Amino acid sequence: MGKLFDYRTCPTTGLRVDRAAERLIKANAVAAIVFLAIGGLFGLLVALTRWPAVHLLPADWFYLALTAHGFDVLLVWIIFFEMAILYFASAILLNSRLAGPKWAWAGFGLMLVGALITNVAVLQGGSSVMFTSYVPMMAEPPFYLGIILFAVGALLGCGVFFGTLVVAKREKTYEGSIPLVTFGALTAAIIAVFTIASGAIILIPTLLWSLGLVSHIDPIIYKTIWWAMGHSSQQINVAAHVSVWYAIAALVFGAKPLSEKVSRTAFLMYILFLQLASAHHMLVEPGFSSEWKIFNTSYAMYLAVLGSMIHGMTVPGSIEAAQRARGLTKGMFEWLRKAPWDNPAFAGMFMSLVFFGFIGGISGVVMGTEQINLIMHNTIYVPGHFHGTVVAGTTLAFMAITYILVPLIFRRELILKKVARWQPYLFGFGVAGISIFMMGAGTLGVSRRHWDMTFADAILPFDYPSAAYLMMGLNGIFAILAAIGGLMFVVVIVGSVFFGKKLAEDEKPLYPEVPPAAAAVSHYGSAETLKIPGTAFLVGIFFVAFVLYYFVNWKYLSEVWPLS
Amino acid sequence: MAITPPSERIWWRQPIAKIELIWIIVAFTWGLIMFFMMIYWHGAGEQNLSNEAYQIKPQVFAQHAQEMIDEYTVREESGFPVVHPPAGSDVYLIARLWQWWPILELEKDQSYRLHLSSMDWQHGFSLQPVNINVQVHPGYDMVITVKPDRAGEYGVLCNEFCGIGHHMMVGKIYVVE
Repeated sequence: MGKLFDYRTCPTTGLRVDRAAERLIKANAVAAIVFLAIGGLFGLLVALTRWPAVHLLPADWFYLALTAHGFDVLLVWIIFFEMAILYFASAILLNSRLAGPKWAWAGFGLMLVGALITNVAVLQGGSSVMFTSYVPMMAEPPFYLGIILFAVGALLGCGVFFGTLVVAKREKTYEGSIPLVTFGALTAAIIAVFTIASGAIILIPTLLWSLGLVSHIDPIIYKTIWWAMGHSSQQINVAAHVSVWYAIAALVFGAKPLSEKVSRTAFLMYILFLQLASAHHMLVEPGFSSEWKIFNTSYAMYLAVLGSMIHGMTVPGSIEAAQRARGLTKGMFEWLRKAPWDNPAFAGMFMSLVFFGFIGGISGVVMGTEQINLIMHNTIYVPGHFHGTVVAGTTLAFMAITYILVPLIFRRELILKKVARWQPYLFGFGVAGISIFMMGAGTLGVSRRHWDMTFADAILPFDYPSAAYLMMGLNGIFAILAAIGGLMFVVVIVGSVFFGKKLAEDEKPLYPEVPPAAAAVSHYGSAETLKIPGTAFLVGIFFVAFVLYYFVNWKYLSEVWPLS
Repeated sequence: MAITPPSERIWWRQPIAKIELIWIIVAFTWGLIMFFMMIYWHGAGEQNLSNEAYQIKPQVFAQHAQEMIDEYTVREESGFPVVHPPAGSDVYLIARLWQWWPILELEKDQSYRLHLSSMDWQHGFSLQPVNINVQVHPGYDMVITVKPDRAGEYGVLCNEFCGIGHHMMVGKIYVVE
């Protein structure tokens, strides 16, 4: 076949790398990291203000910083990075050219302009309405406009991804079915379309309302549809970061999915059921029946949770199988003990897996239980939960794969390898601490999005127990840890991209270690030979923790005032 | 590998390993247990929302509250009327920038139909230290039957961001023997 497009051949994986796709991946990843740095800084300011002994910012700046933090990291950093993943999982993994790079650039431009407009609107001070912008509290029109432009840009990116799948199929750049990672990315892109459509349905009328062209937006309808965007966008993250887990397991270990069928079905469950999650935010609102709440909050009998629990076994299981095939068969855990813990890609990925399951996953299901939500709604337990999913889960996974992307896509050697080595641990444990202590404070009733837990300015006094102050102080300390970890990441990556040693066209990067594709454990995993006792044990611990924590919270609930 | 097309072209015919199958069954069963637990609690548990709610104009809600305040105010505290409505009655709590109005005084082990609504933006009814949290919307009257089971002084905090005075929005409920 002649050279249909401008590409180079990757010396590590042997894949053809479309240079147009490569440039887009770089641009999106760089934009993502810039907004991670900005949003992360706002996050640190928020945490330091919520640390009662520090109480850094005045009230107006606190709410401004919190709005910017939510928008920049929850939406901008993650979606930019997901665009990079979509182009990587389509053009690169499928050996194909990217469909319509011009459209992809248009999308990138819209996203960038949108993100900047909303950031400027927030910084001007008239739009401190929080990321959720619940009506009837009104932001300045540019606040909504920027988000809408950003979403349209992301939609174009999804279109380019779908187009690339079609092009690759038609031009027969691969044989058989698309790789599992691409399948996971496809899941993310399909959920993204639903998410963006929901966002448009609610944010366009809200923009018109802020311009004075629409007289009234119902707050409950707003919230229901807004969360069809807000929560579903977190499911894009889950689908994307689970794909990243599989990708890192494949790149670092040559791991093969235990069963393509099981893993793909688990992804499919995300598409089928995750959109129901808007209900998680409506459990204590007026106007919904319990039947509606129970069906929707449980994703139709926890079928999407089932998907995540399956990945929770198959990802470490595939790693264990690959390691055992290499001869690390001693005892239950030699495969894990002798895993490359000094490789930041693996360390970040494995911590992401563990923290997402144990912290973010379990707390999410418990909090999303119809009645238990009564003792958690809008307390700081909620941000505790989603820092476990989106930061310890998604962000940490995205950081981990960036360590592989820099040498493979940016063609630069990583600088400051020692810093890179420790970065995932600092950031991971920092975020795990943030999550756990916020959840602890939430259990004691501390509100989220609240400037002063001492209520010093209130006419009627109220005091939280001193344990709540301790929790918020610890939260501040771990936020500093996480911020240092975040800074290390930005320094290593930005530094490597600009100052790292350039790799020659055919030069294989040595760090982090990515074995050649030939080392893949390609014929392991049939039903007869499969032995993954270590993973089975870990999954058992997870299950026991889940069951205990679930019922402990029913116990807490049973102790509050009877309500009916 | 997960980054290459499946090595077996007919991957959907590959058998599933026993250990995976066991986990799928366990996880699915656990999902069912959690699902039915919510339904079970509606029968056996004491903490459920009735989901009784009405659309209401803020001024109408304020009028209901004012009638209650006029009739049952027993004293004043820091400028707030303290209202002691009869057991079993409809009691109204107004959420507005940045107050919970009025202070309620309830009797232990008696039921009340508590009406919550906002006059302006969204607010969050957060009863502490019991830790009961419900969202309060403008234009909606949400009715919850509460039965305080311990005497004492309770704080009503706002846990939905409602502007610059959000942190000053503290109310009070007394529960007396």
